[in-house]
Amino acid sequence: MKLVVCVKQVATIDEELELRDDGLDADFELELNEWDAFSLETALQLREGAAEGGEVVVVTVGDEDAEEALVECLARGADRAVRIAAPELAGGEVLGIAAALAAAVEREEPDLVLCGVQSSDAASAATGVALAGRLGLPRVAVVKRVERDPASGSLTVWRELEAGASEVLGVRTPALLTIQTGSCQPRYANLRAIKQAREKPLAVCGLDELGLAPSAVPRGSRLRGLRAPETGTAARMLEGDAAELAAAIREIIEERVAR
Amino acid sequence: MSSILVVAETRRGELREITKEVVGAALGLKEESRLPVAVALIASAPDRFLGAIPAGVDEVLRVESPAEHFEAHVHERALEQLIAKESPRLVLAGHTIDSFGFAPAVAARAGTGFASDVASIRWDDGPLVTRGAYGDKLVAELDFPEQSCVVLTLRPGAFAAAAAAGSVPVREVDLELAGAAATEHLRFEDAVDTGVDIGNASLLLSVGRGMDAEDELPRFEALAERLGGVLSVSRPLVDAGWVGSDRQVGQSGKTVRPRVYLALGISGAVQHLAGIREAETVVAVNLDPEAPIFGVADFGAVADLFDVADALEGTLG
Ligand SMILES: Cc1cc2nc3c(=O)[nH]c(=O)nc-3n(C[C@H](O)[C@H](O)[C@H](O)COP(=O)(O)OP(=O)(O)OC[C@H]3O[C@@H](n4cnc5c(N)ncnc54)[C@H](O)[C@@H]3O)c2cc1C
Ligand SMILES: Nc1ncnc2c1ncn2[C@@H]1O[C@H](COP(=O)(O)O)[C@@H](O)[C@H]1O
Repeated sequence: MKLVVCVKQVATIDEELELRDDGLDADFELELNEWDAFSLETALQLREGAAEGGEVVVVTVGDEDAEEALVECLARGADRAVRIAAPELAGGEVLGIAAALAAAVEREEPDLVLCGVQSSDAASAATGVALAGRLGLPRVAVVKRVERDPASGSLTVWRELEAGASEVLGVRTPALLTIQTGSCQPRYANLRAIKQAREKPLAVCGLDELGLAPSAVPRGSRLRGLRAPETGTAARMLEGDAAELAAAIREIIEERVAR
Repeated sequence: MSSILVVAETRRGELREITKEVVGAALGLKEESRLPVAVALIASAPDRFLGAIPAGVDEVLRVESPAEHFEAHVHERALEQLIAKESPRLVLAGHTIDSFGFAPAVAARAGTGFASDVASIRWDDGPLVTRGAYGDKLVAELDFPEQSCVVLTLRPGAFAAAAAAGSVPVREVDLELAGAAATEHLRFEDAVDTGVDIGNASLLLSVGRGMDAEDELPRFEALAERLGGVLSVSRPLVDAGWVGSDRQVGQSGKTVRPRVYLALGISGAVQHLAGIREAETVVAVNLDPEAPIFGVADFGAVADLFDVADALEGTLG
């Protein structure tokens, strides 16, 4: 069973938020997207559960920094990694990223492609299904549980709905699923695995090598600018030390919660 | 004929509320764009939903689906054909679980413009939209140069719902949908009732990922009770297996209506906020002054939640 997992190195902005001078980006820290840890774990478990064995390939579109996410996935048990180096897609526009991923995934001819439901920074919740559209693959979005029939390879999946409900669906492979958090408990890599990960294959390729001409890269939208959110509806801030804050909060509770 | 095409969302026999919000957004653009508003009603036995379509819509495009329930690939195929036949300028759907399954694929296949989780739309010769960036800490403004059609999914709660239903002209559209379904519906499963009732509590003390110590949970549960309330949580604590999903607030958890919602260490992701829209007073404690929760809270405090919890215990003697 061959699985491809698309992973993203995401940006987190902490307390200090600085907009870059051109207003088109901000400074941030990088880490493996929360959702992708769950899709990787799902892939590893499916590989381990497949009698015929299998391969898990992790793919990302990103710059050199993004290799850290790939190495982390290799350390957790992925077999091989591919980084698509595409400076022209630096803005992370959904349809462009999906086109780049499609070109790489097509070459792998996987039985199953897994993405996260969303990335914590862009929160488009769209790249996986755009990729499925491009590849013409059946897909299910927001999956919280997967079972595979070993004989036919077909899947039973639980699609998470609103308010705690789910829909149970049957789907044939090859297919693409977007995986939801909480669907499994991601494993951590031990130190030895982290060292060994550096020896696993990690290929880097550009869009030209994938046969994707610049003119064939779609662009769903153009970023005109970034700004801080309007704070018109912002909270009234309580001041003071912890004891004063607690007293103020108690007062709000006493006043507003009828006994 | 160009138009604004709204994709209706139905589930288990009902037209979902989000459809009224998306129609509301479309009607709001009608004057400036000078485009008529059409609703694509793609469903099995679509007539049962006609009565719920809001007034002001110019036309319902009635598409009979071969699948009994919503099926993402049927929607995708239908919309691809509707885009080709009707040349809409805008295709609008909710940013909902169902839309996640087809909207991006439609845009990728039809080569349209695309943006998801859109929070506002302006019209200036075409759509200009805003959406959150970096976990809603920033707002991104997007446009769609050279796109004759743009697919947008709209953030739930961001657009005022269109008013009551009215009678809307219906046009039957015949599409090729045989064999379009690629998944087989087996069943729906509902959340199991466990007896914990956060939905009706008048005070909720709600902890999020900022409360990063599992062994401290009993303490927060006790504090909630001593204050006369109930403990609730954000999703990561449920995902980690620390707390049962019956205490989860949000889009995939519960909608709550407390008098006071005290959020400790919750950033305020849109899916969390979806569950507290009906809370009367929201008080948020967070170390990060830029946390999006402060944008919706009534009262806020930039502080360590463990210090505040200690002090709250102190006030109880
Ligand atoms: C389809 C879908 C459905 C979802 N449904 C839900 C849902 O129903 N409910 C839900 O909650 N989420 C849901 N989510 C997840 C959601 O997107 C967020 O990931 C989640 O709400 C984040 O939870 P959080 O705020 O607790 O964690 P984070 O976003 O990690 O925030 C933690 C916060 O704690 C603060 N903090 C850290 N330490 C401290 C401290 N010592 N004192 C004070 N503050 C501190 C940090 O500044 C930060 O703001 C859903 C996501 C998707 C894609
Ligand atoms: N740059 C990228 N490289 C690889 N996969 C990505 C990238 N961006 C998004 N994805 C995949 O798409 C999912 C959803 O991301 P998004 O559509 O940005 O919310 C992620 O969980 C990844 O699986």
